[in-house]
Amino acid sequence: MILDLARFVEAERPHWTALEKTLDWIATDPTRKMSLDDLEAFHTLYQRASADLGKVATLASEGELSRYLEWLVSRAYSEIHESRDRRRFRPWRWFTVEFPRTFRRHSRAFQLSAALTLAGVAFGALALRIDSEARYVILPFGHADMSPSERVAREKQEQGKQLAGKKSQFSAALMQNNIRVALFTIALGMTFGFGTLVLLFYNGVILGAIVYDYIHGGEAIFLMGWLLPHGVIEIPAILVGGQTGFVLAYALIGWGSRISRAERLRAISRDVVTLAGGAALMLVWAGIVESFLSQYHEPVIPYGAKIAFGLVEAALLTLFLNRAGVGHVGQAILSPASSRS
Amino acid sequence: MIQSRANSLLIRTPEGIEFALPLAGPFSRMLALVVDLAAVAALSSVLEKVLAPLLVFGQDVTGGIIILVNFVLAVVYAMAAEWLWRGQTVGKRLLGLRVVDARGLRLEPSQVIVRNLLRFIDQLPVLYLVGGVACVFHRHRQRLGDIAAGTVVVRTPKLARPNLDQLLAGKYNSLAESRHLAARLRQKITPEIARIALESLIRRDQLDPTARLALFAQLADHFRALVPYPPEVAEQLADEPYVRDVVELLYRPSGSLSATKTPSAVGQP
Repeated sequence: MILDLARFVEAERPHWTALEKTLDWIATDPTRKMSLDDLEAFHTLYQRASADLGKVATLASEGELSRYLEWLVSRAYSEIHESRDRRRFRPWRWFTVEFPRTFRRHSRAFQLSAALTLAGVAFGALALRIDSEARYVILPFGHADMSPSERVAREKQEQGKQLAGKKSQFSAALMQNNIRVALFTIALGMTFGFGTLVLLFYNGVILGAIVYDYIHGGEAIFLMGWLLPHGVIEIPAILVGGQTGFVLAYALIGWGSRISRAERLRAISRDVVTLAGGAALMLVWAGIVESFLSQYHEPVIPYGAKIAFGLVEAALLTLFLNRAGVGHVGQAILSPASSRS
Repeated sequence: MIQSRANSLLIRTPEGIEFALPLAGPFSRMLALVVDLAAVAALSSVLEKVLAPLLVFGQDVTGGIIILVNFVLAVVYAMAAEWLWRGQTVGKRLLGLRVVDARGLRLEPSQVIVRNLLRFIDQLPVLYLVGGVACVFHRHRQRLGDIAAGTVVVRTPKLARPNLDQLLAGKYNSLAESRHLAARLRQKITPEIARIALESLIRRDQLDPTARLALFAQLADHFRALVPYPPEVAEQLADEPYVRDVVELLYRPSGSLSATKTPSAVGQP
């Protein structure tokens, strides 16, 4: 193509500048709505820049100009052709409506997560029942060094005094560690779910071994009083982490899906974020309870009160995850990949 | 429509226009990561000093807050920066990199969060080995977090036009007299050769005299063979002036730099 470049640039530059200014204006507030007239003008500028790029791309000498126009067109393209819903983030609505609804939409992934953990629990308990030496391999945090009765006696004597002056730091460390585990469980979904599966089963094995050890040692009440207040939130939070990992894995594998892997992953990205955020919030609460309540035993806090607290929490969590957001008028985030898992 | 060409992501718009996003390589991304880790460490150090007055509430409370702040900083820093700076962190800014949507669309908050959440697996087993290997072998240079989020990291080099006035000023261009031959020259020369000729002129004083002669002879022979000029025009010019005149025809077809200069915002996001 033979083009009078000087005249061309002189004629088109005002339009490019206008497009650039419009894009900068959009960048300052991505949620701002444009009027119909503005949209039409923006679209015209985009089409004009696209046509100019088509002309300039054939010229040998205009590599720089071509790259400038490519950058301009790519920016405008991302705004013009974006059709995904962009709503202002409302934390309360997100937690009380989006999170439970997303949880329910992927309930089968949660069930798989729970089933794997339960299988691990059964395996851990069975391992200790069949071979008592297994406790030295399975039990963590020095649980194997003393019998449950010895541990209970020590805990009752200390009454959380070992944490005196460290409760906040202990709570923060618990939150950090548990959130790390949950996020890691989610990330392992990228191993086509295999890593998530192994981690959930392994967590179950440890839990099953501890539960069996305490029940077998005649300390079931102490165990419930110690574990329930924080465990009824912490364990489901890890299961939600596993659920999220499986949602990711399902999109990655795409059984029976006709859309591309990239499209499937794109469709569930918002759900992954919602579930991960929900699990993290649950773990913040669990960390506070574990540090400030779980470490105190009778006679400071009666076991009955701690167990009741745990049961109330469990009931409220179940109610929240199953009923919150039901019938709420709003936009559902439906996607081909997510609706099947 | 998305295609991949050597180190770039080509996107064809519904209007039939194609644009390329130059993909960032693993090395520049690693350098950006190192800068970001340093930035997080510096921020953490500053925040610990800022939070020091909280000691009036006790060492335990302050210690707990510092543990949480450091954790949140490590997890949230890249997410917040990439969202607020439209795909850039401190490291990416310094290295001229940017995270963009792999389809050329707008970067969504969920994409930013997912690609950063999955760092937990990309950094396994040590020093981002999983992410690095994925980045080397993936055709779009994506680590696992990028694959899950549908993002790519592209280079955003600043484009600067050389000062052609200084380079070509005050020289009579005999090749410009034959307008039809000049137009043919502009049509036939590829962008790569045009860039080589321009760079050769810019760096000519740094070249070894023998290499300089050989280079301009090669370029001039190529241009002479591409579009033969009448002998009275072509033969009176030595190799280097010939190349200079060709470059002027390509980059300043009208002879006026101001007319061909690209808008001042070139290369700015």
